[in-house]
Amino acid sequence: MTQPKVDVAALAKLARLDIPEGEMVQLEKEIPAILKFVETIQAASTGREANTPALRNVMRADENPIESGKYTKTLLDAAPAREGNRVAVKQVISRKKK
Amino acid sequence: MDLSTLTIAEARRALDAKEYSALELTNAYLDAIAQKDGEFHAYLEVWTDSAREEAKAADAMIAAGKSQPLTGIPIAVKDNMLIEGRIVSAASKILENYHASYDATVISKLKAQGVVFLGRTNMDEFALGSSTENSAYGPTKNPHDTSRVPGGTSGGSAAAVAAGMALAALGSDTGGSIRQPAAFCGVVGLKPTYGAVSRSGLIAAASSLDQIGTLAKNVNDAKILFDAIRGHDAMDSTSIENPKSEIRNPKKLGVPREFLTDLNPEIRTQFESTLQTLKDKGYSVTDVALPSLQYALAVYYIINPAEVSTNLARLDGIRYGLSVPADVIGEVYSKTRAAGFGAETRRRILVGTFVLSSGYADAYYRKARSARELIRADFAKAFESVDAIVMPTTPSPAFKLGEKNNDPVSLYLEDIFTVPVNLAGVPAISVPGGTVERDGKKLPVGFQIIGAWGGEQTLFAIGKDV
Repeated sequence: MTQPKVDVAALAKLARLDIPEGEMVQLEKEIPAILKFVETIQAASTGREANTPALRNVMRADENPIESGKYTKTLLDAAPAREGNRVAVKQVISRKKK
Repeated sequence: MDLSTLTIAEARRALDAKEYSALELTNAYLDAIAQKDGEFHAYLEVWTDSAREEAKAADAMIAAGKSQPLTGIPIAVKDNMLIEGRIVSAASKILENYHASYDATVISKLKAQGVVFLGRTNMDEFALGSSTENSAYGPTKNPHDTSRVPGGTSGGSAAAVAAGMALAALGSDTGGSIRQPAAFCGVVGLKPTYGAVSRSGLIAAASSLDQIGTLAKNVNDAKILFDAIRGHDAMDSTSIENPKSEIRNPKKLGVPREFLTDLNPEIRTQFESTLQTLKDKGYSVTDVALPSLQYALAVYYIINPAEVSTNLARLDGIRYGLSVPADVIGEVYSKTRAAGFGAETRRRILVGTFVLSSGYADAYYRKARSARELIRADFAKAFESVDAIVMPTTPSPAFKLGEKNNDPVSLYLEDIFTVPVNLAGVPAISVPGGTVERDGKKLPVGFQIIGAWGGEQTLFAIGKDV
């Protein structure tokens, strides 16, 4: 497999991560180098994915709910901004034209 | 008491015999930290006051005849395990002022025994690295040579135990993060079977690889601490029941010779010497084939960033931790994450985003998942004929601080002997296996013993013979 072109700026956008101008040059060297490093995986002869995982993710039964509001204060106290009994966030959609 | 040689077992005896109190023991450790940690920087925070209170409570338990194996034992905790009300930062700026909302399961279990928590130890940010240099709060130094790294990511925990600044410590191991620092610092480090210890309350790095384990001066202490934290937990759906039957008298060791061809000659000499010691004690040694190990690093450095990028998506400045103000929510996310994450964390997030992205997920992430199964199958086959697999813990002794700063890939290569264990989910222990000399200083190297799933008792039995 040939080395794919990596658009670091697009990845950063997907990852919701601002990259300062100065760091972009460095990352544009490092990220392809890491992907080159893991390329040996392509030589592994893997026919199929394992169909019987050794460990299954066992969910508990959906019963005995906790008392409503029991952890509300603890969790709200951890939030950077709150208004009353809710976590406060900035507006989701901007009217500003970019 | 001599903290440089004191063990949990000996402290237990002395505490129960009232030769000294838990408070005196704790004060001795707090003094040692005050004297030495300026040089090593193993701790990010020392809980002097609460440690003394916990010690007094332990003394009351002992006086009442309710002593348990770890009552009054002072330990250090890696900065990625939650203790309610205390700061837990994963050595990151994004969680610099985050106070834990609840206790990790391992912490609840230790609290019930009356353990004394000395402080939280330094680590690579979000457990990403191999040297503790990725901490946002400065690196930890190796107690055997302060110009060198202690290993990572549990470097603070390993250094604290090695320097007599904690009787034992908790760490976590995602690709070698307990065993490699244990090897570099000359202590014992146990990475249990995946699922043997609950991960509830451990700040997640790569969830299918992460495992909490123990660092201690000897195998017996590592076992005592492990026994206290293991077991199924309803809060971690990947945790498992303690295994019922285990090999009692392991004598068959396997060595994956073809995987060790490029070994550093001094490391090889130490490894062969330890192997000879075991042969002299009646162990047989045969070659085992683990052909898929050649893909282990590549598989690891796809799966790890994929899971890291997913896990760290929760750190967005909304529910907890750092929050950088901006006009719209999207910019709150991206500015907070830019300000809060260090360089290696950003790299892993970007690589993880790439290998999971549409068009590349099949060639990278899903391919790696399949290759991981090959590695797991290799181990399963090998354990049909041997009780344990042995190899060095690391390809070289502790390197210099800053030596690998400019090339992330060169640092990744350090993990070659440890990552296969996490990919397979099997347990492994690193025990001190001699020293090599660098710049006139003796640097410890590790001897790694790998067991089958649930085979911790096998590791302890062999480890005690090294």
